[in-house]
Amino acid sequence: MFKETVEKQSPRKAYGNALIEIGKQNPNIVVLDADLACSTQTQMFNKEFPQRFFDIGISEQDMMTTAAGLSLTGKTVFASTFAMFASARCLDQVRNSICYQNLDVKIVATHGGITVGEDGASHQALEDVAFMRSLPNMTVIVPADYTEVKQAVKHAANNYGPMYIRIARADIQTIFDEDKYKFNPNQTVTIKEGKDLAIITNGEELLEAMKCAELLEKDGISAKVIHAPVVKPLPADIIQKTSDTPLIVTVENHSVIGGLGSAVCEMISEHSPKKVIRIGTNDEFGQSGEQRELLEYYGLTSNKIYEKIKGIIS
Amino acid sequence: MTKSIQELKIFANQVRTDILKMVHNAKSGHIGGSMSSADILAVLYNNIMNISPKWKNDPDFEKRDRFVLSKGHASPALYATLANMGFFDRDELLTFRKINSRLQGHPSIKTGLEGIETSTGSLGQGLSVAVGIAMGLKMDKNDAKVYVLTGDGEMQEGSIWEALMNASQRKLDNIILIVDKNNLQIDGCVSSIKSIDPLDKKLEAFGFKTVTINGHDYKEIEDALNKGRVSNVPFAIIANTVKGKGVSFMENNAGWHGKAPNDEDFMKALEELENV
Repeated sequence: MFKETVEKQSPRKAYGNALIEIGKQNPNIVVLDADLACSTQTQMFNKEFPQRFFDIGISEQDMMTTAAGLSLTGKTVFASTFAMFASARCLDQVRNSICYQNLDVKIVATHGGITVGEDGASHQALEDVAFMRSLPNMTVIVPADYTEVKQAVKHAANNYGPMYIRIARADIQTIFDEDKYKFNPNQTVTIKEGKDLAIITNGEELLEAMKCAELLEKDGISAKVIHAPVVKPLPADIIQKTSDTPLIVTVENHSVIGGLGSAVCEMISEHSPKKVIRIGTNDEFGQSGEQRELLEYYGLTSNKIYEKIKGIIS
Repeated sequence: MTKSIQELKIFANQVRTDILKMVHNAKSGHIGGSMSSADILAVLYNNIMNISPKWKNDPDFEKRDRFVLSKGHASPALYATLANMGFFDRDELLTFRKINSRLQGHPSIKTGLEGIETSTGSLGQGLSVAVGIAMGLKMDKNDAKVYVLTGDGEMQEGSIWEALMNASQRKLDNIILIVDKNNLQIDGCVSSIKSIDPLDKKLEAFGFKTVTINGHDYKEIEDALNKGRVSNVPFAIIANTVKGKGVSFMENNAGWHGKAPNDEDFMKALEELENV
């Protein structure tokens, strides 16, 4: 399942490429953007299918309700902007016009998390997964890399209903091999076996968690790594996969309130209670800085996660 | 089959009577803004829109004109209009706002009620959804029209103006906006809370050809809607109306925005409507 060569790729380009593929297969695919087409890469679709692309301008609320209207005429609509503006600003529109009506609208939000970088707190969506996860009918997906973004977008195109797909801004090392990996929304992905603890993660943090597990291994600590791209509905296989590990650590590029960590806590506390440590940004806003600096500052690099886990275990 | 002015009057009076009974029976609901829009809906459904009460069983269902009640709280007016048009049984009207009813407090497509195009209630969203529908119809080369009814207080929502810009940007000649301008919102006069005037100039500036009419004059309503139907640019109708129209003590009274009548007021109001 893993890609053998080391290569950094843009998850946003994966979105653009996937849109072109599904656009060719399905004439009902319509794409909207809110003046960020060059960033989100919906411009790639626009180039191929200008009749099916609409730039709604800097009006995210209008984009979401327009998407709802288009969907009511039978279209499968992809609506994109930055995660910050795709979630908080238009939450009422997403709730009442898209989710309440259970329409076929896919919100693909780029620039999720602290790694937005230099733009700072106003552009760093750290709560978007929490907002979206609370909405009935909404599926929430946080893919890890180029390969998974592409597959998740195709999955969205082929399966009815509201979905929120969160994509990172930065180019990331591609983990999964395009031919061997198969995205399955009903299962988590066991990346590595381990018995002392289970790290459950997704998105950009998967790579950090994998490196962290290697560091722990050198100290004789055996960490299982579970990748959970679908935060809602969270696959229940997590219960069984963590049944023999005494500790769970969740790691996400998102607030510890309401995201993957919360979802895991909800499931584990109901079915097999045990200690869960949530790693993410705390109850606070971000700030400007380079991507790596920010990950370091907010404790989201492999080293920082390693230090934290070591502190807990010893 | 269109209705004469006299027939429209009878139809609208029946709708008003039903609105009154529904809200009284539910012990809650929005009478004022329902009464103000009853005449507009009467003309729209009887004499303008291409739509069949057979709803999804109509072979030409996809070609139907669409109606979006952006001011979703006027649901009693829409439900009563649809029932009197034969979309569903009039007996169902008294389930309004009751548990498990298809007649939710605000319209919902979830319940499968015949005639409901889209779920509304959160103000400022219906127009934008309607623009999306109008765009989709254009893409499909479907000639159907999209009629949207907003409140005047609702025009205070910023999302309305985003939608207006979008409609005119895309030159949507298949959308007809009707503003039920009854001048009142929950907290009082629209003009004293956050004025939307001069609404005609604003709508024109946003690219809508705009006419202003008496929203209780059937001929004026029909003429304006017919103009809207053939307009080659987005079209808006400002319908000057009276909140609570038809019941003297409810007219022009913001207090009757979202209040149910007690038994005594109910009987008084019913008597007034019966004597029309």
